[in-house]
Amino acid sequence: MADQRPVDAVSGTETTGHEWDGIEELDTPIPNWWRYILYATIVWSIGYWIAMPAWPTISGHTKGLLGYSSRANVAEDIKVAAAAQSQFNDKLRQASLEQIRTNSELLEFALAGGRSAFNVNCSQCHGSGAQGFKGYPNLNDDEWLWGGSLKEISATITHGARNDTDDDAHSSEMPAFLKDELLKSNQIGDVAEYVLSLSKNSKDAKAASRGAPLYKEHCVSCHAEGGKGNKEFGAPALNNNIWLYGGDAASIKETISNSRKGVMPAWGALLDKDTIKKLAIYVHSLGGGK
Amino acid sequence: MPDDQIVENIEQFDVEAVNKKENRDLFKARTKIHPKRGYGLFRTLKWWIMGVTLGIYYLTPWLRWHRGESLPDQAVLIDFPARRFYFFFIEIWPQEFFFVTGLLVLAGVGLFLTTSVAGRMWCGYSCPQTVWTDLFLVVERFIEGDRNHRLRLDKAEMSASKFFKKIIKHAIWLLIAMLTGGAWIFYYADAPTLAAELFALEAPMIAYITVAVLTFTTYSLGGLMREQVCTYMCPWPRIMGAMMDEESLLVTYRKDRGEPRGSHKKDESWDGRGDCVDCNACVAVCPMGIDIRDGHQLECITCALCIDACDSVMNKVERPQGLIHYASFANEQRVAMGEKSSIRPVRPRTLAYLAIFCLIASIMVYGLFTRSDMDINVLRDRNPLFTQLSDGDIRNGFTFKILNKAHTTRTFALSVQGLKGLELKVIGAEKNLSGDTPLTTVKPDKLKSLRLLVTAPKGVMKSSSADIKFAIKELKTGEQAFYDSIFRGPEK
Repeated sequence: MADQRPVDAVSGTETTGHEWDGIEELDTPIPNWWRYILYATIVWSIGYWIAMPAWPTISGHTKGLLGYSSRANVAEDIKVAAAAQSQFNDKLRQASLEQIRTNSELLEFALAGGRSAFNVNCSQCHGSGAQGFKGYPNLNDDEWLWGGSLKEISATITHGARNDTDDDAHSSEMPAFLKDELLKSNQIGDVAEYVLSLSKNSKDAKAASRGAPLYKEHCVSCHAEGGKGNKEFGAPALNNNIWLYGGDAASIKETISNSRKGVMPAWGALLDKDTIKKLAIYVHSLGGGK
Repeated sequence: MPDDQIVENIEQFDVEAVNKKENRDLFKARTKIHPKRGYGLFRTLKWWIMGVTLGIYYLTPWLRWHRGESLPDQAVLIDFPARRFYFFFIEIWPQEFFFVTGLLVLAGVGLFLTTSVAGRMWCGYSCPQTVWTDLFLVVERFIEGDRNHRLRLDKAEMSASKFFKKIIKHAIWLLIAMLTGGAWIFYYADAPTLAAELFALEAPMIAYITVAVLTFTTYSLGGLMREQVCTYMCPWPRIMGAMMDEESLLVTYRKDRGEPRGSHKKDESWDGRGDCVDCNACVAVCPMGIDIRDGHQLECITCALCIDACDSVMNKVERPQGLIHYASFANEQRVAMGEKSSIRPVRPRTLAYLAIFCLIASIMVYGLFTRSDMDINVLRDRNPLFTQLSDGDIRNGFTFKILNKAHTTRTFALSVQGLKGLELKVIGAEKNLSGDTPLTTVKPDKLKSLRLLVTAPKGVMKSSSADIKFAIKELKTGEQAFYDSIFRGPEK
């Protein structure tokens, strides 16, 4: 490297020595204020390493003198939010479900909490709009397997259905009429046709009339006269157009042949009482609540 | 200055226009300008404008305006947490932000108008940069003296007294800068409360950061950078070029009258020479460091201080005032052609700006005074779109938002129309007797969100979707608001 770099005669600035067709490139230094800011940022970064968590170590990272931790900040934020909610939560705890439903302030609080708890815990099966899926009831409508009053909804959420973790869980079992050889295949077709006729959807009156005595014999004890259903056993009404597993003849035959049993966890073991209260209020408010 | 000559009691200034084209090499560092204090009509006008604008800025947050219980009593308040903008009797909700947009458009068109009529009037008189620089110059002059003293002080070796003067000056500048930043935050919170918190070190961190940032910008822009902001940083002068034409007013030196210039001894004849006595008073007072006699220059903010300076000199030498005056480029040419000197503020361009200004202003005023103080917004549930009930009825869910912009608690009756036998149920309504109209009460200046269930009896829907109309009716006045929505059912 040459000791003396070429200097441009016009501007007096050093050049890089590169030349293209007689045009030389000036090597203008960056402005001083710029350079000093660079130095300042370097100094700052050293201070930052010391003050803040910075370097990874084998088992963790340097903690920094200020003890900053984003996890601790989140925990703090949650604590603050919980403190802000506590005055409502206290009131909510003391109020009955019916009192909450009729107090607009508590209702608003319970609905907001219920909605978020629903999205986290319930929407996986019942859908984000509680619209339900095949086998998972729609909570917006007015048909309830286990009852649609605030109390009944709360009990269903707390104990669940047909699970083996909660002794108070709703339980009932529909026989698998074909598998258990209670009915023959053609009889099941007739019963299905009769069931369809209860909601005026049957197209084969003869088959329906053949199915009527079979229904009386095998089904009426749970699904009741005229297919009104029975909440005691979680037996759905069969006289309307709301079907949990499909309302066409094939689906109904499948249900009668092999039975159905929907399972719901007992949320009482998983969620605190306040949350269940909020959930009951929220589900009840969706529209079908009795 | 020792080499100042006294001719006819006219001080001859040894001053160089540092920003004169020939003096301003591209790579040259800034030469500090030491503007002399001016006296005269325009200086007085500028003092007044400075007093009024600074007064408005610093004092507005402290004005009170009673709005009713549980509402802020600050006349001008931008309340971000509550999402409200209060301006005396006007209150703006976020969805009415177009009023603020309109205000900005008005300000823009207003600037177009003044620029096309009188050039850089904004820059010279009311731009915050000009006003605060003026204020900082007042401090500088008070501590260090006028132009000659300041020049001498800056040239002098550092001494205890120089050090002391500089320290005091910068301390006062910083104090003003801090008060400027301090006043700004009071527009965003209740001023007395925030002031108390600020001194007790209990104010939110963002308040201190804002004060710090504005202190820094005010101090550096008004105290240190000054004319460089206008010349190099500000985009407005570049845009202004598009608003000006040959009839726009500019601060102009009358070459036809002034040249040939030269010093003039008492009792000497004025024949065969111009009125300019070359005293450089116009250059000495210029805060931008230019010589107006070189013609129009991009640095000139038309503050008119050179007009004042020249007029007082013209008085002393008993020549007519107005050697430097407000004139248009076209006027200059008219005078050169021997026509009568005139200014023409009424031109198609200015009329067009005025018309746009008046149009927008009247639309805004109309909108402001005819807007309703109640409103509804309705959001359909999308999931599920509809619910089939056991008896075959169809139900849709809606989120119903009632905006009560009045400053009193009001009760509204809710209703829906569009299909035969529609039934409305409100979750959480105060009264929801079957067959009766649901009522709900909304607190002053608040929005209430309700969940609404609308049920259509089996068989009334002819297709999968029907138009429905929601309405709310204020019980006392009978005022109504409507919202069109649709009702969905199963595919037919």
